[in-house]
Amino acid sequence: MNLGGRDWGSRLIMGTGGFRSLEQLEAALVASACEIVTVALRRIDANSTGPSPLETIDRLGLFVLPNTAGCYTAREAIRTARLAREAFATDWIKLEVIGDDRTLHPDPVELLSAAETLVAEGFTVLPYTSDDPILARRLEAVGCAAVMPLGSPIGAGRGIDNLHNIRLIVESAEVPVILDAGIGTASDAAQAMELGCDGVLIASAISRSDDPATMATAMRLAVEAGRHAHLAGRIPRRLHATASTPTAGLPDL
Amino acid sequence: MFDAVFVGGGVIGLSCAWRAAERGLDVCVLERDAAGSGASRVAAGILAPDSEAEPGHDPFVPLAQRSLDLYPEFAAALGADVGFWPCGMLSVALDTDEAEVLRREPGFTSWLTASECRRLEPGLSPLVAGGWLSEQEASVDPRRLVAALADRVDVREGSEVVAVTRDSVTLANGESIVAGRVVVTAGAWSGFAGVPVRPVKGQVVRLRGERPAERMVRSEHVYVVPRRNGEVVLGATVEERGFDTTVTAGAVHELLREGYRMLPELAELELVDVTAGLRPGSPDNGPLLGEWEDGVLVATGHYRNGILLAPVTAETIAALLVGDAPHDVALPFAPERFARV
Repeated sequence: MNLGGRDWGSRLIMGTGGFRSLEQLEAALVASACEIVTVALRRIDANSTGPSPLETIDRLGLFVLPNTAGCYTAREAIRTARLAREAFATDWIKLEVIGDDRTLHPDPVELLSAAETLVAEGFTVLPYTSDDPILARRLEAVGCAAVMPLGSPIGAGRGIDNLHNIRLIVESAEVPVILDAGIGTASDAAQAMELGCDGVLIASAISRSDDPATMATAMRLAVEAGRHAHLAGRIPRRLHATASTPTAGLPDL
Repeated sequence: MFDAVFVGGGVIGLSCAWRAAERGLDVCVLERDAAGSGASRVAAGILAPDSEAEPGHDPFVPLAQRSLDLYPEFAAALGADVGFWPCGMLSVALDTDEAEVLRREPGFTSWLTASECRRLEPGLSPLVAGGWLSEQEASVDPRRLVAALADRVDVREGSEVVAVTRDSVTLANGESIVAGRVVVTAGAWSGFAGVPVRPVKGQVVRLRGERPAERMVRSEHVYVVPRRNGEVVLGATVEERGFDTTVTAGAVHELLREGYRMLPELAELELVDVTAGLRPGSPDNGPLLGEWEDGVLVATGHYRNGILLAPVTAETIAALLVGDAPHDVALPFAPERFARV
């Protein structure tokens, strides 16, 4: 996957929220074989020494993608992105501007405005967006490096609520599409990849499962399976059966 | 010469020292600041082996259960009112999503309907969708607990330890103290001894007034601990913020909002105190009880359960100090599971 001008071996990006322990975080990160890990600038201490989620991520040699989780206005998100640039010495930012607490849906107006500013400041902007194809196009137009539509609300675990919209986003996007939020289990991740998403971002589905490392393995395999299925091209859905062995041309005995 | 010196005078260091002294050892607790001024002062004092159980952490339950079983005698032997109250814990869901989560909890027993929950606790919001009850769970007032413990042991406040060996400590002022054994009980600050423990911040709100509930009540977002003396504790955030202990407006807002959503009568109470403390978190969130490298004993990494686990920790460390075998429940918590190769 080429994302932000770099080639990545894994199409699975992991979030770090919701893990019950550092040990479970580490085991899941290893099992997922992910290369990019997103962390909320507001929920960690970027300067700590000694054991911490960041120390775990660094030790595993993973790329830290800071995010602006917890921001409700463009101004807050821009400020947080600038702090993240200082703290992590990276221009990459996963941009989240949340609209309300209950749905955790993005605020599209604030999001687009923040994205425009941050792109102008030289950031590689990866925006968490709703599944609106027009908004996705607008985000791409202002120079975002990817679009990250939700499948269903953060932590909802319902998978993809609106397959048609995700398909429309994938169809018209010139930048990578990464399904971000809503995945509940492995088949949801496979489905996103089958639809043509370039990658998926998963946090709660792994961190809040009973056995995060095993679920991370399941997600890794699902992403690979879905990607292969997408590349191979699925057969059409039909009402009636079609024998897998052709009957035409059989010798007439 | 002391038989044992404890580095850190929170609930763990004080409990261990007290139990060791009861077994005939000459002990002393070295505390950098004031006794109980760290996480012990902030903790709510929930003694909840059922509600605190998490998937994938099986040895915790028997350890926590033993500690809860030890509590009545532990509290009584202190000879002071430490607010021990076996009041039970009602875990409630405020919508059907939360109900689904509650039913999956490892400690879950049987479902109580919304009406059953509200018969137990009429102060609960009509939003309640149901819940489950742990009758055995209890609470204690950690501030009174550490005060009672500090009265019973030799605590040297203002003594900051900068280095330890098996049988000696070096203080910040350069002084050395030699002892039979050294035990690091420094909570979130135990990292100075090379122990893999990190600070995990928690913010807690204290209210006072008419009791909003006759037992502890918690939802997915907040717990409320009423005490018989009128104090009501709301907690707690879980934040990876290093050694930061800033109290933030957002955290207080969320704790109060979620508390109020669950128990609307909280709005009428007096807001007394808002504090942030640092829990000692180990890689698996379980405590480290026993011998660390170079023979230094450690009792730290108690994460969210330092108050609950104080009696079983003290029992374990006292046993190790006098050469007895610790109870079986403590064996999975030997620090060697984190040994650096």
